Amino acid sequence: MKAIVSVKRAVDYNVRIQVKPDGSGVVTDGVKMSMNPFDEIAMEEAVRLKEKGKITEIIAVTIGPQKNEETLRTALAFGATKAVHVKEDGEIQPLTAARAIAAVFKKEGASLFIAGKQAIDDDANQTGQMVAALLDCPQATFAGKVELNGNTATVTREVDAGLETLEVDLPAVITADLRLNEPRYLKLPDIMKAKKIAIEATSLSALGVEAAALIKVTKTSAPPARSKGIMVKTVDDLVAALKAKGLA
Amino acid sequence: MPREAWSQQRLIFAWKPELMEIQRDVMDYDVLVVGGGPAGLAAAIRTKQVAAAAGKEISVCLVEKGSEVGAHILSGAVFEPRALNELIPDWKAKGAPLKTPVTGDDIYFFWNEKSGTRMPGFLVPKTMHNEGNYVISLGNLCRWLNTQAQEAGVDVIEGFAAQTAIVEGGVVKGVTIGDKGVNRHGERTGDFAPGPEIRAKYTFFAEGCRGHIGKQLIKDFALDKACDVQHYAIGIKELWEVPAAQHKPGLVVHGAGWPLATLGTDATGGSFLYHLEDNKVALGLIVDLSYSNPWLSPFDEFQRFKHHPVIAQHIAGGKRISYGARAICKGGFNSLPKMVFPGGALIGCDLGTMNFSKIKGSHTAMKSGMIAAETFGAALMAGDEGGKELAAFPEAFKTSWLYEELYASRNFGALIHKFGALIGGGINWVEQNLLGGKAPWTFHDIVPDYATLKLAADSAKLEYPKPDGKLSFDKLSSVFLSSTNHEEEQPVHLKLADASIPIAKNLPMYAEPAQRYCPAGVYEVVGEIGKERFQINAQNCVHCKTCDIKDPAQNINWVAPEGSGGPNYAGM
Repeated sequence: MKAIVSVKRAVDYNVRIQVKPDGSGVVTDGVKMSMNPFDEIAMEEAVRLKEKGKITEIIAVTIGPQKNEETLRTALAFGATKAVHVKEDGEIQPLTAARAIAAVFKKEGASLFIAGKQAIDDDANQTGQMVAALLDCPQATFAGKVELNGNTATVTREVDAGLETLEVDLPAVITADLRLNEPRYLKLPDIMKAKKIAIEATSLSALGVEAAALIKVTKTSAPPARSKGIMVKTVDDLVAALKAKGLA
Repeated sequence: MPREAWSQQRLIFAWKPELMEIQRDVMDYDVLVVGGGPAGLAAAIRTKQVAAAAGKEISVCLVEKGSEVGAHILSGAVFEPRALNELIPDWKAKGAPLKTPVTGDDIYFFWNEKSGTRMPGFLVPKTMHNEGNYVISLGNLCRWLNTQAQEAGVDVIEGFAAQTAIVEGGVVKGVTIGDKGVNRHGERTGDFAPGPEIRAKYTFFAEGCRGHIGKQLIKDFALDKACDVQHYAIGIKELWEVPAAQHKPGLVVHGAGWPLATLGTDATGGSFLYHLEDNKVALGLIVDLSYSNPWLSPFDEFQRFKHHPVIAQHIAGGKRISYGARAICKGGFNSLPKMVFPGGALIGCDLGTMNFSKIKGSHTAMKSGMIAAETFGAALMAGDEGGKELAAFPEAFKTSWLYEELYASRNFGALIHKFGALIGGGINWVEQNLLGGKAPWTFHDIVPDYATLKLAADSAKLEYPKPDGKLSFDKLSSVFLSSTNHEEEQPVHLKLADASIPIAKNLPMYAEPAQRYCPAGVYEVVGEIGKERFQINAQNCVHCKTCDIKDPAQNINWVAPEGSGGPNYAGM
């Protein structure tokens, strides 16, 4: 059984995001980029399923410019058995990514698509759901636990009221939440071996996919600076301060 | 003869029985470079070049502790392209990030917090002229050199820290990479990943100033027995985005005097302010670590420095976007240790090749790496099986422009230490401009920087103004801008040889200066009087190494934390 895992190259989670002065986006020049942490969790889950013998192949897919190859190398070091690079230098909206992933999914005859629930750069939280729609298959988003049993997957999701357990027929889409697992440390020999594996290159046109342009970013701005706090000495002072602000 | 063969056969024994059965992977190379700064990258690229020119193969690995090459690089920087011209002559066509030629070169002497005098051009020492140089981000240059190295066939390993040298029978055989997944008590977690060994015929150590392995090698091989002690400074730097109307691309402003000593010698150093491209201004303060007042705080000196009208006019109305700090090796020629030992060499600032009178070390670091690559590369191609002490490297160094340059500037640091910025600087002017660097005298400064502190009780307590949140800031919000991070549960990487010293000795004698010299708020003395406790916030560390240098008891040992920990500098 084949699983597809999509991996996005995003600004590293340790980096402090800088908004471009003209408000057209965030600075990515000279900034450390790495695999979207939720995609790392998805990758880890796929590798664990493979280690348990539940799936046989893991195909990592990325969509983006040449530099995205680094992200695929990371996926290969995790244990992906194959890497597909959909080369695209332009903007990639969630629907474009979903169309490309769905096309690779069909082409590979995969049974499972696992991805991070969202990417930490745009926080769109759309691609997984869109892939499910395009493939017309069930989806289990925000997974906290995944079990594969033959032709179905049992997925536990964290919801407001507690835990919700779903059973979905395969093929299916699963998106990974933060607590699904803790990704392993990549081993140096695995990283070095991953550098030598050939990556399959393709493009949107080769996949017969049209880029979507449904979303227009009008402005990017930094959050307002936090106003200075005040120190209070007693509980009464605190209550008085809250009352003065109309909060109590 | 590539030897990139994989093996997993070696068993490492240790004193801890639970570590007995660690299986370390072993990787073999011809040449291993420790550290992805200008010296290491130049050495790696040059090694590949000399092999390719001879139609031979030399396998080269470069290991970098930062999350990526460039993440731990911090420099001014005005860059002299001499070494780069030799290494990659067509760097322009290949897109090297040297975008802003120096267009103006101002030097100020600051008398106090209000006034400063711009020095007329004829009074400026020759070493401080910057025609033909570029204002750059050294981090971005290293990122670019990384792509050049990888294209040349270097295996670049990022996010893995070399922890110790492998020394067998008095010969350096490579390095052991630090383990990952060890908890704060030193126990292995379920995630434990043992660090592999990277073995090589020859290893170049290019860790930068006060490298933790280089320091050990200098000690173990007594490499410094014939030279003066090394001297250091701490450089604190910020990157600002300023209003376009204030931006003068290529303008270089250097300063001496206030907020450090003007006539005295108790706290020397200097400042810089460079206009880069894209409305960016880099500025910083360099404080010699030979300062004597334990109350001095380099961080706070830098914060108040920015309020000087000469400086404030450049950054007013702007936004600070990055912060960081790094120690600098500035002993120069007189402090150069022996460069080679059996199995390898020290290069760049791990060796101490900075030209402090130019306040530049990138071109000299690169050149030292290139000379090492050429000499060791030639030996390997002649069939050398490694492990020797190669005298060819120091010999080639002696006939290079690097030697000439460092020799000419050998007195600068000692002059400033002995006579202060004005008079020492004056003698340097005579040496550089009238004597062409060929002064018949040599000044030595043999007091190590950790031994210069006076007792707190004998020193004037310094009060620093509160930050205004516009030009000056507090330490924690500053450290935040370095994007530093360390895996929380790992052992503290700042090791105290004697845990009692900070409170029992350093506190009563020097009011524990670590609280102030650390630019990242790693060290704190907490608790009420009489019940003080020394707290180490290792997560804040920006890998500047100042504590390892300045602690008066030499009690703090900086070891590498888990690989990829530390700052994530962007554009620094």
